[in-house]
Amino acid sequence: MAAIENLLDLASTAERELDRNAAEVDRILHICNACRYCESFCAVFPAMTRRLDFSVADSHYLANLCHNCSACLYACQYAPPHEFGVNLPRTLAQVRKDTYIEYAFPKAFGELYRRNGLTVAIAVSLGIAVFLMAAITLRGGLFVSGLNSDFYAIFPHNLLAVIFGIAFGFSILALAVGVIRFWNKVSEPGKPVPMSNAVTEAAKSALTLQYLGGGHEDGCNNEDDAFTLWRRRFHHFTFYGFMLCFASTSVATLYHYLFAIEAPYPLLSLPVLLGTGGGIGLIIGPAGLLWLNIRRNPMQTDASQHTMDRGFIALLLFISITGLALLAFRQSSSMPLLLAVHLGFVMGLFLTLPYGKFAHGIFRCAALLKYAIEKRRPNPIQAGSE
Amino acid sequence: MHDVVIVGGGNAALCAALMARETGASVLILEASPKEWRGGNSQHTRNLRCMHDAPQDVLTEAYPEEEFWQDLLKVTGGETNEKLARLVIRASSNCRDWMRRHGVRFQPPLSGALHVARTNAFFMGGGKALVNAYYRSAIALGVEVRYDTPVAEVEMDGDKFEAVVTEGGERIPGKACVLAAGGFESNREWLREAWGRNDEGEWPADNFLIRGTRFNQGVLLKYMMRAGADTIGDPTQGHCVAIDARSPLYDGGICTRIDCVSLGVVVNRLGERFYDEGEDFWPKRYAIWGRLVAQQPGQIAYSIIDRTVVGRFMPPVFPGVTANSLPELAAKLNVPVETFVRSLDSYNAACRPGAFDHTILDDCRTEGLEPPKTHWARPIETPPFYGYALRPGITFTYLSLKVDDTAAVRFADQPSPNLFVAGEMMAGNVLGKGYTAGVGMSIGTAFGRIAGTRAAAAAMGRTVPRSNIDGRH
Ligand SMILES: Cc1cc2nc3c(=O)[nH]c(=O)nc-3n(C[C@H](O)[C@H](O)[C@H](O)COP(=O)(O)OP(=O)(O)OC[C@H]3O[C@@H](n4cnc5c(N)ncnc54)[C@H](O)[C@@H]3O)c2cc1C
Ligand code: SF4
Ligand code: SF4
Repeated sequence: MAAIENLLDLASTAERELDRNAAEVDRILHICNACRYCESFCAVFPAMTRRLDFSVADSHYLANLCHNCSACLYACQYAPPHEFGVNLPRTLAQVRKDTYIEYAFPKAFGELYRRNGLTVAIAVSLGIAVFLMAAITLRGGLFVSGLNSDFYAIFPHNLLAVIFGIAFGFSILALAVGVIRFWNKVSEPGKPVPMSNAVTEAAKSALTLQYLGGGHEDGCNNEDDAFTLWRRRFHHFTFYGFMLCFASTSVATLYHYLFAIEAPYPLLSLPVLLGTGGGIGLIIGPAGLLWLNIRRNPMQTDASQHTMDRGFIALLLFISITGLALLAFRQSSSMPLLLAVHLGFVMGLFLTLPYGKFAHGIFRCAALLKYAIEKRRPNPIQAGSE
Repeated sequence: MHDVVIVGGGNAALCAALMARETGASVLILEASPKEWRGGNSQHTRNLRCMHDAPQDVLTEAYPEEEFWQDLLKVTGGETNEKLARLVIRASSNCRDWMRRHGVRFQPPLSGALHVARTNAFFMGGGKALVNAYYRSAIALGVEVRYDTPVAEVEMDGDKFEAVVTEGGERIPGKACVLAAGGFESNREWLREAWGRNDEGEWPADNFLIRGTRFNQGVLLKYMMRAGADTIGDPTQGHCVAIDARSPLYDGGICTRIDCVSLGVVVNRLGERFYDEGEDFWPKRYAIWGRLVAQQPGQIAYSIIDRTVVGRFMPPVFPGVTANSLPELAAKLNVPVETFVRSLDSYNAACRPGAFDHTILDDCRTEGLEPPKTHWARPIETPPFYGYALRPGITFTYLSLKVDDTAAVRFADQPSPNLFVAGEMMAGNVLGKGYTAGVGMSIGTAFGRIAGTRAAAAAMGRTVPRSNIDGRH
C-alpha cells in the first residue's frame, strides 16, 4: 500500500513539475511578447507573436522549436540578475525534456528519460553481454583466428538481421507513436496550406541546422556572448556521419539479399567507404559536441539533462571507435571480441533511440513542420502597428 | 598611464573607446556598474535613426537629410543646433558599416514597429546585443575595461584634464578623457528637485519609475557643472512616457509600455477622464502621456478597455485587472465607483457610429463630450473589462554639457584641449527637448566616435582636421 502511495506521490510531483515548467514558459513569453527584441534570432519568436497566452501544448511546441542557441539569453536585458529573471533557453530545455517524457511510447517508458544515464548504461551493458555470450556459445571463445574477416562466421547474417530488425523496428514504432501523439496535441485546425512548400522548408531548416546560425549566420553561443559556428559544424559531422553509417548498412543489406554479395567487403567497396566516412564523422562530430557541451555556460542548460546529452554523445563515440577498430583489426584473432562489443554498443543505441537524446531530432522536425505550416496562415493577432 | 580614459560603459563610451583604440591610443574604460549590468540605458535600446537616400538592407525607401532635420526641428520645437544636428544626421547615414565591423547586426523592424521601418535600423537582439558586441570587439583590440568603478571626480589643471578619481578614492591619470556617463535620470533626489512640488503639495517625481539603468546618477554632470563647465538643455525636464505602474523601479525597459490607451479611455484616481485618448497614433502620443499622468493626483491613471480590442495592440507585459462589469472593475482598481461609472457611461453615450480601423485615423469619435475622444471611440461595454494602471516612466534627462562639433567640454565658451563628452551627457545640444525614436543612439554614436578620435589625437599630440570628423570616416 505504502509503496503504491509513494508511487502516486512521485507521479503527482512529476506532474506538478510539468505544469510549473510550462507556466514558466508562459510567464517569460509574456515578457518577450511585449519586448520582441530577439525576433530574428530564430523561429520561436515569430511563432510567439501569433499568440497572446501560452498553453501547455504551446509550450511543448515552442520548446521543441528552440535549438538552444542561447542568443536570446545573452541579448536579454531581463536575464538574471534582473528581477524578471528571463532565461528562455533553460526554461525551454526543461519543457523539452517534459515533452519526451509525456509523449513516450509505451507511456511508462517515459520515466526512462529521468534516469537516462542509467537507461543507456543498462541497455549497452545488456547489449554487450548478450553478444559476448552469444559469441562464446556459438564459437566457443572470443579469440578465434583464421576467420578472415568473416563476421558471419561468428554471428550468422540472418540472426543479426532478425535481432537488429526487431530492435530497430520497435524503436521506429515507439518514436512514430510518440511524435504522432505530440503532433495531435500541438496541432491546431486552420486554413489548408501548400504542404509541399511547408515540408520543403522544414526539411531545409532541419538539414542545414538553420537555427544554430543565430539569424545572422555568426553562429550560436557556447561559453559566453561570443558566437561560434562549431556547434553547427560538429552537429553536421555527427548527423551526416550517422546517415553515412546507416547508408553503409543499408547498402550492405541490399548487396546481401539482392545481389548475394556477402561480407567482408573490400576496402574500396561502397559499404566500407560509406561506413568509414560515417565512422570518421561520428568521431569528429560527437567528440566536438562533447567538448562544447562540457564547456557550455551552465546558465544555458538544464543540468538534469547533462547525463542524457553526454550519454548519447558518448554512445555514438563508442560505436564509431569500436566500428573503426573492427575494420582495422578484422583480420586478427580479436575480431570476435571487437565485433561483439561493437554490436553491443549498436544494440544499446537502438534500444534507447526512443528514450534518449536521439528523440530530439524527431520532435524538432515535427515542430519545424508545424512552424512552416502556421507561418503560411494569417497571423490571428493583429497587434497594432499603426 | 593610458592615453585615453573613458568614463562610462554604454554606447557612447564604447564608440569612443573603439575609435580611440583604432587610431592606436591605449584606452581604459571605467564602468560604474558590475559586468552583468554594463551598458547603461544603451542595453535597453532597440534602434538607430538613420538618414539614407535609397533602400538599404533593413531600411525601406529613403529618409533624406532634410526630412530627418525637419523631424528633429519639429520635435525639439527649435531647441536644437542645426550644425550639430546635421553632423549627427550625416554620420547616421554611414556609421552602420563601422558598427557591423565591430559585430553589431541589424534586423528588419520588429512586428508592431513597422511605422519606423523607413527611418530606423533595428539592432538584432536589441541594445544589449549591441553592447556585448562592442565590448567583445574592444577587448579583442586591447581596450582595458574596469567594471564596478564609478568615477566621482575629474581632476583638472585649468581647462586641461589630468586624472579621474574613483568613488573609492583611486586616482587614475590619463592624457585625455571622454565623459560618457549618461544623464541624471536614475538620481531620485535630483529628479525630485528638478520636478519640484505641485499645487497639491506632492513631489510628483517620487512616483516616477526609471525605465533604464540605476547607474546614471548624474555624478559627473553635477561635478562638471560645479567645475564651471558650460551646460545646455532644460535642466528641469526629462523624457517621460506612460508605463505599467507595476514595473520595477529601475530597468523596466521597453516591455513595460502600455499600448492600449488610444483604443479605450483613461481615467485618473478620481475616476475622471482628462485628455483626448484618440488624438493621434499611439507612437506619436505615448511621450505626452507620461507628462499627462505626472500631472494627475497621485501621478497615476488607468487605461480601460473591453474585450473587443484585445489582440489589437502590442501585448502588455503584465495581465490587466479583469472584471465582468464596470463597477466591479472600478472597485478592483480602487477608483470611486460612482464617478468611474458616470465617466464611462457618458463616454459610451457620446460615441458616434463610424467605421473602426485602428490602423488609420478613423471616424469613430465622440460628440458633446469634454474632453472629446477624436478617433477610435467605441463604447466600452463588452465584458470582460480590463484596467491597466499607468505611471510616468522616465527615459532620460535633457541637461547636458555644451559642445561644438569637436565634442570638447567647454569652460566659459573655451574648449578644453583634452576633455571630451559624448552621448546623453551632451545630447541636449541636439535634442534640447522632445524626442523622436532612435535619435539618442544616432547622437551617441556620432559624438562617441568624434570624441574618441579627438581624445586619441589629443593624447598622442596629433591634430585632426575638422573636415575629417563630420562623420565621413
Ligand atoms: C527603455 C529605453 C529605451 C530606449 N530606446 C532607445 C532606442 O530604441 N533608440 C535610441 O536611440 N535611444 C533609445 N533610448 C535612449 C538611449 O538609451 C540613450 O540615448 C543612449 O543609450 C545614451 O547612451 P550613453 O552611452 O550616453 O548612455 P548610457 O548607455 O546610459 O551609458 C551611461 C554609462 O555610464 C555609466 N556611468 C554612469 N555614471 C558613472 C560614473 N560616475 N562613473 C562611471 N560610469 C558611470 C553607466 O553605468 C553607463 O554604463 C532608450 C532609453 C531607454 C531608457
Ligand atoms: S529574451 Fe529578453 S530581450 Fe529577447 S525578446 Fe525575450 S524579453 Fe526581449
Ligand atoms: S535559445 Fe536560440 S533558438 Fe532558443 S529561443 Fe533563444 S534564440 Fe531561439
